[in-house]
Amino acid sequence: MITGTVGLLKFPDFYTRLHATGKCDAMGQVLIIFGCMIYEGFTFITIKLLLVSAFYLLAGPTATHALMKAAYVTGLPVWKKGDKRA
Amino acid sequence: MIIPFLAVGITIAVTILICSYRAIYGPGTFNRIIAANVIGTKAIVLLIMVGYIIERPQFIDIALMYAVIAFIGTIIIAKYAERGELCSR
Repeated sequence: MITGTVGLLKFPDFYTRLHATGKCDAMGQVLIIFGCMIYEGFTFITIKLLLVSAFYLLAGPTATHALMKAAYVTGLPVWKKGDKRA
Repeated sequence: MIIPFLAVGITIAVTILICSYRAIYGPGTFNRIIAANVIGTKAIVLLIMVGYIIERPQFIDIALMYAVIAFIGTIIIAKYAERGELCSR
């Protein structure tokens, strides 16, 4: 989560920022909710937590991909080494 | 036994505040969209943490609904920015 925030603030371009926040979608959320599942034991709440985590594990990268494709089709310029920060 | 959940919740709230910088000042439309997307992701985890802190497990259902709404919102905005319209007649 903190890594995604730092990447969102410090990276120079739209595409690299999207790369950083994709980690926040896929990895940080799954790890935190998995910790909650272990804390809870085996109850009905565990199944609901698993449902939230599994749904967003599918939905987050799908949203990231759709956003990336929309920006690329629209023609947002890609950052190259030596350019100014966008 | 709410101290770890409190620590995680406060950390996520602070990172949401930091992410809102990119949502306010970000250059262009797409930077604001990814800021809204990542704030939605963090809000799901924050809802689950609040549910553990005040000991009400119903917040997990709210988190599930919020996940669906955040996903649909991002998809709709991406489609609108790509085509310039939502549905073609």
